[in-house]
Amino acid sequence: MNDVLSIIVKRLGLGLVTLLIISILIFFAVELLPGDIAQAVLGMGATEENLAALRERMGLNDPAPVRYLDWLAGAVTGDFGVSLVTGESVASRIGPRFVNTLFLASYAAVIAVPVAIILGVIVALLRESIFDRVANVVTLTFISSPEFFLGYILILYFAVQTGWFPSLARIDDGMSFLEVLERTFLPALTMVLVVTAHMMRMTRASIINLLASPYIEMARLKGVPAWKVIVKHALPNAWAPIINVVALNLAYLITGVVLVEVVFVYPGIGQTLVDAVSKRDFPVVQACCLIFAATFILLNLAADIGAILTNPRLRHPK
Amino acid sequence: MTKSTTPESMERLVEAAKRGRVSRRAFMNYAMAAGITSTTASGLWTTTAAQAAPQKGGTFRLGTHDGNTSDSHDPGTYLSFSIIQLAHTYRSYLTLITPENDLGPDIAESWEATPDAKNWTFKINKNASFHSGKPVTADDVIASMNLHRGEDSTSAATALLKDVDDIVKDDEHTVTFKLASGNADLPWLMTDYHLAIVPGNEDGSANWQSGDGSGPYKIVDNQFGVGAQLVRHEGWHLEGAYFDAVELVVLNDPNARQTALVTGDVDAVTQLELKTLSLLQRSPDIEIDNVPSAAAITMPMFCDQAPFDNVDVRNALKLSLNRQEIIDKIAFGTATMANDFHHSPAMPYWPDDIEQRPYDPDQAKSLLKKAGAEGLSVSLSTADSVFSGAVDMCVLYAEHAKAAGIDIKVQREPNDGYYSDVWLKKPWCTVQWGARPTPDVMYSLAYKDDAAWNESHWQNERFNVLLRQAKSELDQDKRAEMYREMAILAKDDGGTVIPMFTNFVYARRSNVKHTGKLAASWQCDGARACSRWWFES
Repeated sequence: MNDVLSIIVKRLGLGLVTLLIISILIFFAVELLPGDIAQAVLGMGATEENLAALRERMGLNDPAPVRYLDWLAGAVTGDFGVSLVTGESVASRIGPRFVNTLFLASYAAVIAVPVAIILGVIVALLRESIFDRVANVVTLTFISSPEFFLGYILILYFAVQTGWFPSLARIDDGMSFLEVLERTFLPALTMVLVVTAHMMRMTRASIINLLASPYIEMARLKGVPAWKVIVKHALPNAWAPIINVVALNLAYLITGVVLVEVVFVYPGIGQTLVDAVSKRDFPVVQACCLIFAATFILLNLAADIGAILTNPRLRHPK
Repeated sequence: MTKSTTPESMERLVEAAKRGRVSRRAFMNYAMAAGITSTTASGLWTTTAAQAAPQKGGTFRLGTHDGNTSDSHDPGTYLSFSIIQLAHTYRSYLTLITPENDLGPDIAESWEATPDAKNWTFKINKNASFHSGKPVTADDVIASMNLHRGEDSTSAATALLKDVDDIVKDDEHTVTFKLASGNADLPWLMTDYHLAIVPGNEDGSANWQSGDGSGPYKIVDNQFGVGAQLVRHEGWHLEGAYFDAVELVVLNDPNARQTALVTGDVDAVTQLELKTLSLLQRSPDIEIDNVPSAAAITMPMFCDQAPFDNVDVRNALKLSLNRQEIIDKIAFGTATMANDFHHSPAMPYWPDDIEQRPYDPDQAKSLLKKAGAEGLSVSLSTADSVFSGAVDMCVLYAEHAKAAGIDIKVQREPNDGYYSDVWLKKPWCTVQWGARPTPDVMYSLAYKDDAAWNESHWQNERFNVLLRQAKSELDQDKRAEMYREMAILAKDDGGTVIPMFTNFVYARRSNVKHTGKLAASWQCDGARACSRWWFES
């Protein structure tokens, strides 16, 4: 287990370096955008004097590296600064919306991961059958359609024509948990449809890969039923690639939702990021991007650790 | 006399008016086309509309476009439409635009000027109070105005109040604006969405942070970029505020807005997607309001730069545009034809007798020949962010201009930063202008010789003399005559091609009613739908 611990520590250290590099890239990418924040905030209506006054108030007259270092000095102590546009702290600006995004991602994941893996096992069992082909074609169709299009289709059938679910996924603190689940069902379903194919096909492929192994043949020869061969003998050895794909898709559920948010008017972090970029609100952009980057780093780390824990050879190296 | 004069069609029209299906303007047009005099038609309208008496009650849910999570309560940085809609719901202004598109009282119950239009005195309505209960006084008004004045102001409205030398308190409920030069339009300027009245602090600064206001509805809960919940401010100083509560929902996606309206998740929405307008019109539960406005699409050319420095070239370009086709194909019919002067029929003093410039490639050709610029080739900068269909419009224009032997190269620019990198920098580009209340505001902003935004670099002595004279002229008739002459100058000498004034197109469910008269200053009845409309029970 010490090896696992040292891997975690090493990977977290590397992760911090990655975050630092990302923060530099983001800062200068925002700098490169045409126009500046003062112009974006005041719009066409501003005079030169307004702009100068606003730039002064926001501290935009310092050279770019100085501003970056100022921000970094705050960030390492956990202070991500204040939004340049509204003056609120970045944490209070992003916090509630990130919670919403996490909620939607978890909702989708709780449905998508079991469905995808169970479907993957079933199609591996019934490979080359009609069921296998239909499941493949359907999930591949979903993954090949853009999310907003899937969203519109779901709205058309489940909100406009049947009225089963609301088309707007607006939630607030006063709603009961069940009500929240009902309101966010369509966006969650959209995301489920988008991520299922990838996980299902990886499960199917990695199981089928193993089916040619001698120990599987042995199990069959001794008379183990087909479903048991797959669930008890093949699946445990197929976990590593599946976990990797699951982690990748979980990260996507958090970082790739902006279109779904827009279509269903869900108050998540994606819209905050888009607004912040259009206003050149660097501290908010930075915080959102770092959250996304950290999500990827942590989920990848979790995937690697999961792969080690499910593989006895890695768990007990000689 | 046309076929539509049959009594049945008139009856249908009246029926449609009773059910709120036609606007007053459309009603008048149809009625007059049917041979009825304007007085009769107007009377007919009043009797039909009068049957729809406002009723109190209900929660009005309005889906608005253009909401941003970085919006704030600071009136100086109001910019997105959602915040403008909210501002007219929870705050008030000194004056307002009435549904008849006249100037009316809001916080100020009356106002008067000295004969030189240099000193304007506003009497504050004694019934006006903030949601906190505090009455609105002269100090609050002065604090609110000073937020937009002074060297270090970060308000986008500083330019508007540049001529105001001082604002003094005459008594608790009277303030006087002292101007450096006469301005007959000052009361109109007070309707600008930045100039909201906020409570003043002890030290004379403005307390905008609290989100307190003196408007018809009081904020209960608000999240910028998401939505706001408001309840009626009992004892509001004006007539209206029929809904018990109002919910503003930010719906940036046009499809989300329409779906929400169709499924009944909201009662009204702003800004419809024009491409699907004809589909939405089929629904019996939905009423569409199509209101001509003063918002314009312009194409300014730098008059001090070849080839635009030649007035014949400029006029040839103005003649090479088929405006009707642009309105039909780009605006889907929801626009009013413009005539190359930036003064819309929705603004006061509009001169209605100026001949419309036609699409005439032959005349354009001969003008070019006269200018020695045959086979003219120019580039026109545009971007899709200017307005939906901007690039298509320019491509269509280029096709029209081919008939006059002009080669217009449509230059597609990046959406991002268009107004900092293209507008005022490229010699010919497309621009979208929001509605301005009066011709003076518009001309002073973008056509005056020394204006920072003189987007066409146009210098015309007579125009500028008239502009200065008209500004302080309190005699309405003389003023109208001056604006008429200026319009002709701009049309025939100016450097701006103006294809159309865009309409405001928005929709409501059919149980939401209004008088049929809609202010044209903003979407949704001058952004005052929440206090002017009502539910039919």
